[in-house]
Amino acid sequence: MTQIISLFQAAVVFGTVILFGAVGEILTEKAGNLNLGVPGIMYLGGIASLIGVFFYEMNNPNPIPAVCLLIALVCALVAAAIGGLIFSFLTITLRTNQNVTGLALNIFAGGFANFFGGSLNKLAGGVGQISVATTSAAVRKTIMGSNNWAGPFDDMLLSYGFMVYLAIICAIGIKWFINRTSIGLNLRAVGENPATADAAGINVTKYKYLATCIGGAISGLGGLYYVMDYMKGTWDSAGAIEGLGWLALALVIFASWKPLRAIWGAYLFGALSWAYFYIPGLTRRSMELFKMLPYVATLIVLVVVAMQRSRENQPPAGLGLPYFREER
Amino acid sequence: MKTIQKKESREPLLRISKRDYMPTWQALGVRLIGLVIALVICAIIIYAIVKLNPLKVYGAMFVGAFGTSKRMWVTIRDTMMLLCIAVGLAPAFKMKFWNIGAEGQVLMGGVVAAGCMIYLDTYVPTIPLIVIMFIGGAIAGGLWGWAPGFFKAKWNTNETLFTLMMNYIAIQLTSYFVALWENPFGSNSVGVINPNTRIGWFPHIFGQMYTLNVIIVAILVVAMYIYLNYSKHGFEIAVVGDSENTARYAAIDVKKVIVRTMVLSGAVCGIAGALAVAGASHTISTSTAGGQGFTAIIVAWLAKFNTFAMVPISALLVFLSKGSMEIASRYNLSDYVSSMITGIILFFILGSEFFIRFNLKFRSKKKEASES
Amino acid sequence: METKNAVRMVDITKTFGPVVANNKVSLTIDKGEILSLLGENGSGKTTLMNMLSGIYLPDSGQIYVNGEKVTIASPRDAFALHIGMIHQHFKLVDVLTAAENIVLGLNESPLVDLKNVRADVKDICDRYGFVVEPDKKVYDMSVSEKQTLEIVKVLYRGADILILDEPTAVLTPQETDKLFAVMRNMQADGKAIVIITHKLHEVMAISDRVAVLRKGEYIGDVPTSETSPQKLTDMMVGKATALNIDRPEPENLTERLVVKDLTVVDSDGVKRLDNVSFTAYGGEILGIAGISGSGQKELLEAIAGLQRIEAGGSIVYTPREGDGEAEELVGKSPMDIKKKGVRLAFVPEDRLGMGLVGNMNIPDNMMLKSYDAGRSVFTDRKTPRDLGASIIEQLEVVTPGLSTPVRRLSGGNVQKVLVGREIAAHPSLLMTAYAVRGLDINTSYTIYHLLNEQKQLGTAVIYVGEDLDVLLELCDRILVLCAGKVSGVVNGRETKKEEVGLLMTHLKEEAQA
Repeated sequence: MTQIISLFQAAVVFGTVILFGAVGEILTEKAGNLNLGVPGIMYLGGIASLIGVFFYEMNNPNPIPAVCLLIALVCALVAAAIGGLIFSFLTITLRTNQNVTGLALNIFAGGFANFFGGSLNKLAGGVGQISVATTSAAVRKTIMGSNNWAGPFDDMLLSYGFMVYLAIICAIGIKWFINRTSIGLNLRAVGENPATADAAGINVTKYKYLATCIGGAISGLGGLYYVMDYMKGTWDSAGAIEGLGWLALALVIFASWKPLRAIWGAYLFGALSWAYFYIPGLTRRSMELFKMLPYVATLIVLVVVAMQRSRENQPPAGLGLPYFREER
Repeated sequence: MKTIQKKESREPLLRISKRDYMPTWQALGVRLIGLVIALVICAIIIYAIVKLNPLKVYGAMFVGAFGTSKRMWVTIRDTMMLLCIAVGLAPAFKMKFWNIGAEGQVLMGGVVAAGCMIYLDTYVPTIPLIVIMFIGGAIAGGLWGWAPGFFKAKWNTNETLFTLMMNYIAIQLTSYFVALWENPFGSNSVGVINPNTRIGWFPHIFGQMYTLNVIIVAILVVAMYIYLNYSKHGFEIAVVGDSENTARYAAIDVKKVIVRTMVLSGAVCGIAGALAVAGASHTISTSTAGGQGFTAIIVAWLAKFNTFAMVPISALLVFLSKGSMEIASRYNLSDYVSSMITGIILFFILGSEFFIRFNLKFRSKKKEASES
Repeated sequence: METKNAVRMVDITKTFGPVVANNKVSLTIDKGEILSLLGENGSGKTTLMNMLSGIYLPDSGQIYVNGEKVTIASPRDAFALHIGMIHQHFKLVDVLTAAENIVLGLNESPLVDLKNVRADVKDICDRYGFVVEPDKKVYDMSVSEKQTLEIVKVLYRGADILILDEPTAVLTPQETDKLFAVMRNMQADGKAIVIITHKLHEVMAISDRVAVLRKGEYIGDVPTSETSPQKLTDMMVGKATALNIDRPEPENLTERLVVKDLTVVDSDGVKRLDNVSFTAYGGEILGIAGISGSGQKELLEAIAGLQRIEAGGSIVYTPREGDGEAEELVGKSPMDIKKKGVRLAFVPEDRLGMGLVGNMNIPDNMMLKSYDAGRSVFTDRKTPRDLGASIIEQLEVVTPGLSTPVRRLSGGNVQKVLVGREIAAHPSLLMTAYAVRGLDINTSYTIYHLLNEQKQLGTAVIYVGEDLDVLLELCDRILVLCAGKVSGVVNGRETKKEEVGLLMTHLKEEAQA
């Protein structure tokens, strides 16, 4: 039982990173932009929050947790939105290919983050020496406390920092926004059929820009959460964020562009990623094979969804395509 | 009924229209301007970080890439590797099949090549072993290309995402084999294979270690160019890439072409993996592909599937990364500065395509005056 | 300022690259009138109206709405000026419902409030006589339902000036009558309506005034009551043209293609062809008539091996004498058909999306169906180059050179390249779909002539057309399709336009009754 609770917790924490990434990307893709730069954008969010609070905590002997959180959030959101802005400017205004631009963004942002992360490590005196303890603690602080009113479920449901719940709220909020609001309706039209949206008086360019930048910002929170909670406020440059970013992209497909499905999908991916840890008797070799499972699962979903051809699970019709009004 | 507020609107300041055609030299000029602007911006960034004369920094980059004969050959070796992957991607991209999976295809080729070196070193002499390694690498890479091609042909799965997932499966498989072949035990790496016998290593030719790399990749560049532009298969690929409807109309077996082309694409990437093992590192790890599979996608795209155009583009990117690593070590910065600079330059080269594809027309002042 | 004109367009010019779509066109639209904008395909009608609806900006010229000079930079500006356009290709989002499409882009309230929309839509429907189901998804709608939705959409946005771009092209006569009734209701309500069309009888039936465009130039306008179809044709084409298409007597008819019980079901499960049977003979032109979307495309594609055919159907192809055995084509892929040596030529409706590769030059396009000849792994470059050169010469294709991608040629020249290639393969069976759509008169006659030549050479020619006058003058027999069924086969020399027109809609009536 403890094992299961422990796996569940590991899955939720892992899942939260990719849930942020995926929810942001769902918003972006609903506007018809396929941004393969999610890993890069998560890198940007992670490093920006780390740099921001690092200097704050270094220069203040008694950092205030609330200020720490604010700085971390603002830095992550702004940096990741800038990542989205670079992608938007290139693909929307300059009409570059979305796939290639996303990959270039990964190269740039991965380099940027690891460059500054490495410099920060040097500044702090070595890998793992960066001290943003206050921020990390603030992010990891369980907000519900332990009331023990729900027995084992208490640990499973309430033992996380606020960002776990924020990710769920984001997913639900995005779903509500897309399906219920006028702006969300317009956004869906932009992603499905930009020419029609344009003819209906919707500013396609503006919607694509905003969705991509805001989507980027949300994805960037995944980087923040990874650095502050998962890595406990340190920086490693082993490319882990990149792997998580790709997994977030996979999750978008796994969830068929539905934010609510992304929630349980994220935790499922988390469970698959950690399951090897809880199965006794695995050698290191077989552990490596086990870590393959989330990718295999996404492949299976990809194939099954393609075989079903259901109208409801299809990607936005305009996904990945550029829009130019006077095309003829 | 409803009323819609009319916003004050005038003719937009800038009007964009599609350009029909731009002469090659002019298009090249636009790209060069983009590159120069990118270099200037990078210089500013470098200056901001290290406070050094950017010209000196670029000089240092040159020294880093070509300063000694050894460095030059390493630069050439890495260029060949990137070029080889890009050549592998060319047929897939010409077919408009987004093969994002080169990274995995390279790794699988590398794993099989390394396996051959490890298990066959006592049975087979170097030259036939190298042939076996390349065939094995091509088969492994080809298999990794076959899967997304088959599912695309059969159920129209999204190839971008399929190949992406295959990358990570390949990475985990590589980790598995690294753990299996670990040497020495506990190091979590394979180490240099056959360090004393050098069986399976590329032989020196003309006194150089990497001559064979150049020869192999040069052959691939020429062969792929001919294949794509003059063979019947190449014609089929071009038609399928333009329109599947047309291909079906022309009695082309679209499914067969997709699968065949992806096997070929994966096989060449697999050869790149074998090249990396036999001709460069003589070991295998998850960083054997080192992100080159992704960079090569950009190379192939910028070259517009022309394998000869891939040569200078690969060389430029490798030069940039070698050069910036030199700056990094000289000024005690992280190696990652090279990715950052590469990224910025890619943004500009990609962006410059816009001015090749579109015409810009500014609203004339005169007209505005006469209208108001 | 009160004026009689709802819209006045003055000296409007619009170019697309080298193509002048509108050259100094001036046009007025009066309040409360129905104006027909008449012209052949490619005469610039749609472009002109797209500048009113904010899709394109004019290169030069002025637009006045209600006497005031305006710049219409976006569709939103057009709505604000109470101008609404119903495009030929509907601007609807498939995965949204009717009501969602109607409020799209309006942002009347932060949350989508479909309750009010439903009520307003009902008001509009009651007022003018529409039927719209607000909660139906667009992908479940018929073409006519989609069109109705489009009209309701612009009315909901407060349009006083409605522009309909070839609204009847996709409608049955009954649906057309219904549309016209609605248009009269709207006119009575004081709305100005522009209908873009090239069908003369509709012009005469519905409009108060006719304005004519030809090759981007404004030719003039006349009150409908003072003109006749003949006079309008003169204005439209520049000179009086009775069609006078040659029709040589068919000789040596031989059975070439016997189609039996052909049924095709599309991916949505809709029957596109329903038990179609007919015979095509070598030495004659068999016309196929029908409202667009009655199964013409599926029929030709089924014969070419591009459609999945339901069990029980049969297509037997008998080659010319001495050219092999009869073949059953059902169950064969295009590759099989080609391998069996079936001499089948096909000029599809979608010229650059199916028949030709737009980004390739003429020689490469010549190879499209013959590239795999011979045993070499390399393609033969010389034969297609020679063939391309000879087609350019014989059919007077206007092109900068052999190496120009065909997408940069004009529509007529593209079609000449396509037809030229298909005929060059010496077919026994030649199928053409809308072979003269969008072509000028001269090119159309060139095409008719080529088809007649093939007929005299003993080829079985199948001509799918939309212009009944052409079908009646060109074809020896006409097969009429209605909703995927054969509603009749008539003799082209004896039948009347009315008879064919009736057959085109015959089954629909039966089904409704």
